[in-house]
Amino acid sequence: MSIMDAPRFTFSRRAVLASGCALTVTALTLRPASATPETMRAAIRQIVGDAEPKKGRVHLEIPPLVENGNTVSCSVSVDSPMTQADHVKAIHIVNEKNPQPNVISVALGPRAGRARFSTRIRLADTQKVIAIAQLSDGSFWSDSADVVITLGACLEE
Amino acid sequence: MTETAQTPARVLVNAPKTAKRGDVIEIKTLVSHIMETGFRHDTSGNLVPRNIITRFECRYDGAVIFAADFSPAIAANPFLTFFTVATVSGPLEFSWTGDNGFATTHQAMLTVA
Repeated sequence: MSIMDAPRFTFSRRAVLASGCALTVTALTLRPASATPETMRAAIRQIVGDAEPKKGRVHLEIPPLVENGNTVSCSVSVDSPMTQADHVKAIHIVNEKNPQPNVISVALGPRAGRARFSTRIRLADTQKVIAIAQLSDGSFWSDSADVVITLGACLEE
Repeated sequence: MTETAQTPARVLVNAPKTAKRGDVIEIKTLVSHIMETGFRHDTSGNLVPRNIITRFECRYDGAVIFAADFSPAIAANPFLTFFTVATVSGPLEFSWTGDNGFATTHQAMLTVA
């Protein structure tokens, strides 16, 4: 899309309107808003605050190639003894390209016994999915997976 | 759209009936719900309003042992599996709440030896 690649901010408003590109620009802004890597980063920031999520301890299990994005099985497990002193408090899943970055947030604790859950999610497009776990000591751990989607969810009628 | 708010949702829960104290048991839940995302259009081009389950909770032995906040990115008929430590005999109480006043509950008895 050349109009998106061009440095639009250098055009004056009048020039853009006159150039006949205005229609294209309007059409682009009318498309459903998607969670971009930036909004995903913002969503992660909202979850972790100032902390920096470390790689490891979290295992995001999701098939690498999915035919139907309307139901994608996925599981998240975290290496944790799940004791009163050391347990997982919350697990979040976020994504890059769905209309919204958040997928699910679960709250658990030492009484869960095992830090693992499974669900079925929707993915609109081929994209990266990230799982973030918050531990009782305040640290955050994450794992990511790239998923190729043949038929995306959400947007078809 | 209001159909799901009025007709009781079908719930399927798979949890062991008996367990030894201290066992980690697996619980699977499935609830019927369209989980309309709010991002789709009908044939006349109007946005179909969002209608999803937003929250799931499982209570057992006096506390919420597992809770989940759903978004439109959860597939229709939300399915969850999770774990808990068997502590005392008693009910596992499940509740789902969501848009348009959606609310449904379910109980499963667990006997702990």
